[in-house]
Amino acid sequence: MATQLTRADVQKVALLGRLKLSDAELEAYTQSLGNIIGYVERLNEVNTDDVEPMVHAVELSNVFRADEVRPSLPRADALANAPKSERGFFLVPQILDER
Amino acid sequence: MSILGATTNELRVRLERGDVTSVDVTTAYLDQIAVHDAQVQAFLLVDRDAALEQARDVDAKRQAGHAVGKLAGVPVALKDVVCTKGVRTTCGSRMLENFVPPYDAHVVQRLKEADAVLIGKTNMDEFAMGSSTENSAYQVTKNPWDLARTPGGSSGGSAAAVSASMAPLAIGSDTGGSIRQPAGFCGVVGMKPTYGRISRFGLVAYASSLDQLGPFASDVSGAALLLEVMSGHDARDSTSVNVPVPEYSRSVDEPLAGLRIGVAREHFVEGLDREVEAAIRTALDVYRKLGAEVKEVSLPHSQYAVAVYYIIAPSEASSNLARYDGVHYGHRAKDFSNMIDMYSASRGEGFGTEVKRRIMLGAYALSAGYYDAYYLKALKVRRLIRQDFDQAFQSVDVIASPVAPTPAFKIGELVNDPLAMYLSDIYTLSANLAGLPGICIPAGFSGKNLPIGLQLLAAPFQEERLLRTARMFERETDWHKQRAKL
Repeated sequence: MATQLTRADVQKVALLGRLKLSDAELEAYTQSLGNIIGYVERLNEVNTDDVEPMVHAVELSNVFRADEVRPSLPRADALANAPKSERGFFLVPQILDER
Repeated sequence: MSILGATTNELRVRLERGDVTSVDVTTAYLDQIAVHDAQVQAFLLVDRDAALEQARDVDAKRQAGHAVGKLAGVPVALKDVVCTKGVRTTCGSRMLENFVPPYDAHVVQRLKEADAVLIGKTNMDEFAMGSSTENSAYQVTKNPWDLARTPGGSSGGSAAAVSASMAPLAIGSDTGGSIRQPAGFCGVVGMKPTYGRISRFGLVAYASSLDQLGPFASDVSGAALLLEVMSGHDARDSTSVNVPVPEYSRSVDEPLAGLRIGVAREHFVEGLDREVEAAIRTALDVYRKLGAEVKEVSLPHSQYAVAVYYIIAPSEASSNLARYDGVHYGHRAKDFSNMIDMYSASRGEGFGTEVKRRIMLGAYALSAGYYDAYYLKALKVRRLIRQDFDQAFQSVDVIASPVAPTPAFKIGELVNDPLAMYLSDIYTLSANLAGLPGICIPAGFSGKNLPIGLQLLAAPFQEERLLRTARMFERETDWHKQRAKL
């Protein structure tokens, strides 16, 4: 089964990834992502019945630590790299209508 | 002997004896950078005054008779993927053009505790995504052996810096071969330790189940020493494993008796350059002469490593890179119509071509309807790849292979054909998928005088064995002593 990647598919993943693309980029990615998806489909040749997925190289279970109060990053440091901040907060565009 | 030609150990001895000061050593490397980096373009940031100040502090500490660290006064270059407090860290991306971290990465702390001199930040493929360092948003690093060729990637800046004697040691990160392949292309030693050996705290994340930091050096002993300084448990990275750190630098010169070296038949197939194959076969003969037994092993699923990697790594990346939202840090677009548009415009402008490609590839593999077919399938084949290695390491101690199918390729040769670029990672990806340690050491030159790298892999946490095996070869050869003529 060779999946044919369409321009609409790329538009969809660009939306999921929050990436604004130009028309030229959309065109180029439809081609290159299509090639890559076509290549990775060779995994279908492999029989993986009864194989457990391996999410991690070191298969750790939960690592617990004591719930202790510790100093955290000072607010000024945390905000220092923000593109916009005001009065100790990250500043974002308005998301609610004024009524 | 000149400072630039000295190994890390020779530098340490001369610093300890007082034959040279750290200011002398640091100045020599800074001068080399000043003369040659306009050509090589290995560094994104060099702060001469700050480096010399560190050197003066270490010299003063030593002269006052205080105990000094294991890397006292020795310069180390850092891939620009590790956070340095108060020093710009770009990850090779426009997204982080103005990012100044509020803390040091764990490895940076370790280097400071060891009294190393941090000499600069090196160039890399954007967010460590690439195999040639051409994906940097800032500059294209050149291979010191042939300036028309790439140094490999993504840690191409660190590899080129050591190769061009601009630093005796450097740190890189390796998610799919990003330390070992550039080490091979540039004719230096590069090592990716076991997943969990070194804390990833402060390492800018690409694919978290695969990312691992590691050392570059001009010889195996230098790599052993830097690994020793970098390794160990850190509570801030819950995947860093709490097992004792051997004194790698102490045991590295001891040869291994009864060494069994595995050679996988799947590694010697179509696509492997003849000169590379010949160099690896010659290396195996060197080991045979040293009394090692060379045995064939089979890694039947290794042919699927590229497909598995280019599903898993982009999937993890698409999740990790969601943090770049134009709100907390990083680039924010000037023009946008609403909040969602601000995210999309900021990310569209801040990320380069390959990063966007991998984010979308990951989003595709994880999206509804495709998750089982791609992501879950890849995780299952990942286990089969690991099981192949577990099986092979029942009968051999290390597995030897080329590090890449060819010597360094030309700048521009593969950059417009992403799939061809991905396929060049065929020999290195499996170690990340399986979490194994691997090292690349110089093992010869092509007819065009390009370095050829020998890769050695071992079972998890067998770094000591790997380093000793590598050193056995290095002692018999002088490939590592060759330096590019700039």
